Amino acid sequence: MATRRDFLRTACLAAATASVTDVALGASSKIPSADRMGVLCDLTACVGCRSCEAACKKDHGLPTDSNSLATNRSYPPERRRPSPESLTVVNEYKSLNDESRPTYVKVQCMHCDYPACESACIVGAISKRESGPVVWDGDKCIGCRYCMVACPFQIPSFQYDTALKPDIVKCDFCVHRTSAGRVPACVEICPVEALTYGRRSALIEVARRKIENYPDRYRNHIYGEFEAGGTSWLYLANADFKEFQFPDLKRDPMPGTTESIQHGIFAYFVPPLSLYSLLGGLMWITKKRKEAEEEMAE
Amino acid sequence: MNTLAAPGPLTKKFITPGIIVLILLAFNGLAFVLARLLLGIGAVTNLSDQYPWGLWIGVDVAAGVALAAGGFTSAALGHVMHREDYHAIVRPALLTAMLGYTFVALAVVIDIGRWYYVWHPLIMWNGSSPLFEVGMCVMIYATVLYIEFLPIVTERFMGRVHLKGILSHLTKPLESLLRTLDRTLAKTMFLFIIAGIVLSTLHQSSLGTLMIIAGPKMHPLWQTPILPLLFLLSAVSVGFPMVIFESLLASRSFGLKPEMSILSKLGTMVAPLLGIYLAFKVGDMVIRETFVYLTKPTTESVMFVLEVVLGVVIPLRMFLSRSVVRSPLGLFIASSLVILGVLLNRINSFIVAYTPPYSFTAYFPSIGEISVTIGFVSLLILAYRLLVKVFPIISVQQKHVTPSTKYSIRGSMK
Repeated sequence: MATRRDFLRTACLAAATASVTDVALGASSKIPSADRMGVLCDLTACVGCRSCEAACKKDHGLPTDSNSLATNRSYPPERRRPSPESLTVVNEYKSLNDESRPTYVKVQCMHCDYPACESACIVGAISKRESGPVVWDGDKCIGCRYCMVACPFQIPSFQYDTALKPDIVKCDFCVHRTSAGRVPACVEICPVEALTYGRRSALIEVARRKIENYPDRYRNHIYGEFEAGGTSWLYLANADFKEFQFPDLKRDPMPGTTESIQHGIFAYFVPPLSLYSLLGGLMWITKKRKEAEEEMAE
Repeated sequence: MNTLAAPGPLTKKFITPGIIVLILLAFNGLAFVLARLLLGIGAVTNLSDQYPWGLWIGVDVAAGVALAAGGFTSAALGHVMHREDYHAIVRPALLTAMLGYTFVALAVVIDIGRWYYVWHPLIMWNGSSPLFEVGMCVMIYATVLYIEFLPIVTERFMGRVHLKGILSHLTKPLESLLRTLDRTLAKTMFLFIIAGIVLSTLHQSSLGTLMIIAGPKMHPLWQTPILPLLFLLSAVSVGFPMVIFESLLASRSFGLKPEMSILSKLGTMVAPLLGIYLAFKVGDMVIRETFVYLTKPTTESVMFVLEVVLGVVIPLRMFLSRSVVRSPLGLFIASSLVILGVLLNRINSFIVAYTPPYSFTAYFPSIGEISVTIGFVSLLILAYRLLVKVFPIISVQQKHVTPSTKYSIRGSMK
């Protein structure tokens, strides 16, 4: 028969074991490095040559088909999304006023400052590097696809047709190149300098100056400066970004609400342990009452 | 006086025409599981980069966990509140929860791309991820459920170990092992019971937290910061209806008299729980002014109304009626509606509400996905039927026999 002391002793033991294992702090509590890099993408400059698509494929050893060749200037009517075979795609948006001057929009991972995918990943396989890139670790990933659910830009792609070791595939900001002092493949190839690689804070200055100097050419909005807490990739355009299907996002980082809930529930394990003690106390009291009732009955 | 009978193994035969149908459905599901393992997720499912989660996560995992809530709610009632009059339902509820979580785990294994890495969260932690918390809690809780089931195993085999042939000299050590296990469990079981309840409240609510990070990708009718609270409240209110549903089905299937005295009393507890859930659900809708989305007949608005009216309002009214709570049919219909409501809520939260910004084709589960889900449910029912035949789980009320000793759960705090 377990005595009250036994109960207390074992309960304390359980409490002690639980409290030594602390939980890591969440992604949105980390402050991004001031020196993080980014890319400024000027949609008013892009001519839609798709050299960046081809360069990216070549650099990452991805298969090329006739549709992805830089020489192919035809755009399919259905807009494309990044896939396991293409980390970046360029889509065409015809203007309602002037059909002869379409806008071309390059799509790839935005490399958020507070990535939802990093916060969501069950095993911490996705991480934001200090230099800017949000990268995926294939040794950890279990393929649960929660990053895809979390991403507000709908970027991560999954190899659904691979049976044994499917990957999560997305733009890696060419970390293998940038860590060796080179610029990303897409930036390097761009013939019209629609893409500028540099320190993010400097890019914002450049973008502001462009808007200031050419108010007719640019809409006064740097997409990515504040969206979802800020992204490493920044965009300038001549029209509202909604016309180019950019998601309309608030300034708060995506993981904010979730992380406050998670950290509230697990504040040093106090709430779960309090519930545990409360239930234990309740169990003990009802037991005592029951015993008292039985004695009375006898 | 005490009229409770001790649970014992049931003697009814296993194979019936219904069982043969279940076996066929199970094999059909397993064939698609095999195809998924050999050819990949894309070959069997309609999942895509637009819709990364579908039927398996929405129903097998999310709804599966919610519908296994009978385990922790009845444990709280029977063991924490020491309501011994409810002990007859604790074991069936425990078995359902144990099997439920086993199949939730299996569903997770086949849904994740790299199933052989399913253990990674044990050593690779990400405290900010609600999925990590759900994963850990489900793994630990499943273990706790197996531990809670162990006393039933020792009860079944203690004093009955008779090994033959060369194994005969193992009889004695095995017997003493069972006895030691039984004694240890009796002293420590209250720890596991409380842990089970705490773990359940944690992951039942965190399943709701999962979809919050999807932000604007989730329809405003369901996207709310109190989603974890709503998930917990709905899980708590579906616990007893699930126990009632399952007890009535089992009684019918095994030709036993339904335990209406217990089930009616359980039924009276459902209305207040459903009422609290409904109050939060409607209050949330009023505060966030999401009722504006109900003015247009879209898939989302229709599904939301179905979920709330059919799954909460109607059964709430039914459970408030005395005549419904006293009749087996009334109880069965009301409980089924609550279960349907929670099932719809999980499908809505994970599938219907999910509207990706770039969607090319709408998601509807493939034949393979549906087959696997039905196959797993069939396997669960088969396992339940097999286990109640082997282990003392269901209490049979015998005529003219008054049990001399009161049945008490081994290991509850003495």
